[in-house]
Amino acid sequence: MLLIKLLFKNAFLRHKLRSVLTVLGVTIAILAFGLLRTVITTWYLGVETSSPTRLVTRNNVSIIFPLPLSYREKIRQVEGVKIVSYGSWFGGVYKDKKNFFANFAVEPRSYLELYPEFIVPPDDKEAFLRDRRGFIAGKKLADRFGWKKGDIVTLEGTIYPGKWDFILRGIYRGRDVNVDETQFFFHWDYLNESVLKSKISLSDQVGFYMIGISSPGISAQVSQEIDAMFKNSAAETITETEKAFVQGFIAMSEAIIVAIQLVSLVVILIIMAVVANTMAMTTRERTGEYSILKTLGFGGGVIALLIMGESLLVTLSGCILGIALTYPIAGAFGTYLGTYFPVFSVENETVLLDFIAAVLVAFAAAVIPVRNALKLRVAEGLRRIG
Amino acid sequence: MAVPIAYSVKNLLARKMTTILTISGMALVVFVFASILMMAEGLRQTLVETGSPDNVVVIRKGSESEVQSGIEREKAYVIEAFPEIAPSGKGGALSAKEIVVLINLPRRGEEKESHVQVRGIGDHSLELRSQVRIVEGRMPRSGSNEIIAGRQIAERFQGGGLGEAVRFGGREWRIVGVFEAGSTGFSSEIWADADQLMQAFRRQAYSSVIFRLRSRDLLPVVQNRIEMDPRLTLDARQENVYYAQQSEMMANFLRILGISLTVIFSLGAVIGAMITMYAAVSNRTAEIGTLRALGYQQRSILAAFMTESIFLGLSGGIAGLLFASLLQLFTISTVNFQTFSELAFRFTLTPAIFLEALAFSLVMGLAGGILPALRASRMKIIEALRTG
Repeated sequence: MLLIKLLFKNAFLRHKLRSVLTVLGVTIAILAFGLLRTVITTWYLGVETSSPTRLVTRNNVSIIFPLPLSYREKIRQVEGVKIVSYGSWFGGVYKDKKNFFANFAVEPRSYLELYPEFIVPPDDKEAFLRDRRGFIAGKKLADRFGWKKGDIVTLEGTIYPGKWDFILRGIYRGRDVNVDETQFFFHWDYLNESVLKSKISLSDQVGFYMIGISSPGISAQVSQEIDAMFKNSAAETITETEKAFVQGFIAMSEAIIVAIQLVSLVVILIIMAVVANTMAMTTRERTGEYSILKTLGFGGGVIALLIMGESLLVTLSGCILGIALTYPIAGAFGTYLGTYFPVFSVENETVLLDFIAAVLVAFAAAVIPVRNALKLRVAEGLRRIG
Repeated sequence: MAVPIAYSVKNLLARKMTTILTISGMALVVFVFASILMMAEGLRQTLVETGSPDNVVVIRKGSESEVQSGIEREKAYVIEAFPEIAPSGKGGALSAKEIVVLINLPRRGEEKESHVQVRGIGDHSLELRSQVRIVEGRMPRSGSNEIIAGRQIAERFQGGGLGEAVRFGGREWRIVGVFEAGSTGFSSEIWADADQLMQAFRRQAYSSVIFRLRSRDLLPVVQNRIEMDPRLTLDARQENVYYAQQSEMMANFLRILGISLTVIFSLGAVIGAMITMYAAVSNRTAEIGTLRALGYQQRSILAAFMTESIFLGLSGGIAGLLFASLLQLFTISTVNFQTFSELAFRFTLTPAIFLEALAFSLVMGLAGGILPALRASRMKIIEALRTG
């Protein structure tokens, strides 16, 4: 008990200013680490929220090339395929390029069936399905621009030229926090009709097929079967699980993710330097005390415990403060970086990593001081009091 | 009378462990600061150098990139007949009708694919891009399945090297040349014959028309003519402006990331320096008292401790820059979020960044040292001597 009291007093009361500064340093580092981890987990969010029973079929040249609508019936006949939906990336711009959000033209009925995680109130869903010019938007997207049901929203096409008017028929919510609530879906038929009038070459062409299969186990087999069907045709396909598709996209910007990961390791090194510095100074000042403790008969274990404990106490207080701050600051970042990250929420795993990092730092920072204290010869230590 | 500089330096040497830890903390911060600036600069240079201010890119109105754009043949001919276009050395107008598509290619040694931009070129395309020159092999013959690859593609993608072949659009394309385009975006492209590419992908329309102006100030004239012509729903902009716009999102992302990281990290490093300097002051209370008793003035003591802290900052800065300069050996290759195509750029250290990083480390040293130094200078002589 007495030891614990000594530990607390050592950690916080002896050098108040230094303790405050060290704790603050750890807080800042944990905060930075937490935010960087969140950037990374956010990047991979699409992978986690993807369903193993959804496949994506696209043109094997690259995503900018379309597939004929006629593939739909053929895909539907493949064994194990339950639902076939399709859509195109519309790439419309709302007022200014800076207002970027994902907007797709999809076959609405089957698409919503494939994505049960998008929850639309039944009446709104019915209204959306009935109105060719209707669209649904995620809650966050609608809030961002203050759209209300019945509003007319105009997008300027980047791939499909012209100005396009849509009427907001419903707002979808995510089934859980990780669902992207910033997307915009409208009727593929509306797009196709207009394209028919202007440009024949792009009509009856879809950007991708989304396929629902009966069980995750058959995904490889179904994919192969679909791709084999269109082999050597004018538009060959690649079919993969939604997860693999999203991962492929992420892998392309891997360099940036690796850089962020490296930086988050550097943060840990910086905290280590700060805490180790404090511990080195503290223990040097207390050399005399340790000798006295040794003279009184306390073993090396107790002294090691005192130093380790102090290091742990300081780091963990900083860690807890840092975690507490991560949530509001991540929230602020999320609003500011809405264009890049539709969802920016701190995951539990990040908090766990924060703790692990803090404990590691505490131990690493205490190792050398403990070794020095253990090696210390009583007479020598006492002499240094002078 | 000033306290000798040697006093400040030797004090740092006396407590090696603490000094090393503080310096390495600062070095890491400066390293991150410099590397982000270097990354942003590399990206900027890559995109700025890709375009020339004398060239004009025409794409369809509303589209943001060549990949999204489409220009029908008739419209392309109207544009190419503009009198503002400079003459070519080979005769005719110095302009090119190009088509740009994205294809998936696997990187070397990996299964993972990335998007590569393929540009279908015309007779004058090379002449329009003075940065591009063939370093291995030769130019493709027009009307053939021959292609040339940018240096980044040749090195990083399967089948991209000289003599190899890549398959897309239902055909095998043989690489007969490798071109060097400095640090421009063209280094991450494949060039093929425009007409062959259009046939392979069954495209009826070009993506863009590029031409050289007789003089830069003619741009408004051209823009106005396009605007007034109801047949042309097109948009003309300077080539360098066009490429800068291509990476706005990416540049912004790097900027936001860089600023937030630097602010957070530097707070951490300043705190580290402060801890060290406060400890330096409190360890030496008696010493400071002695100095004061010897007749050194308050501001000399202040200066001595500030010098010490600035030394800490500068050593950290130099160490950090040393490591950061090694980064110049690396090339980052990633996908531009805006165009979805592969873009390779280098960490670039400029004198401006060097000075900025050094100034930054100096400021960190100053900020960390000022409060402890003030405390040292304000000590009362008698009390300070008594603690000894």
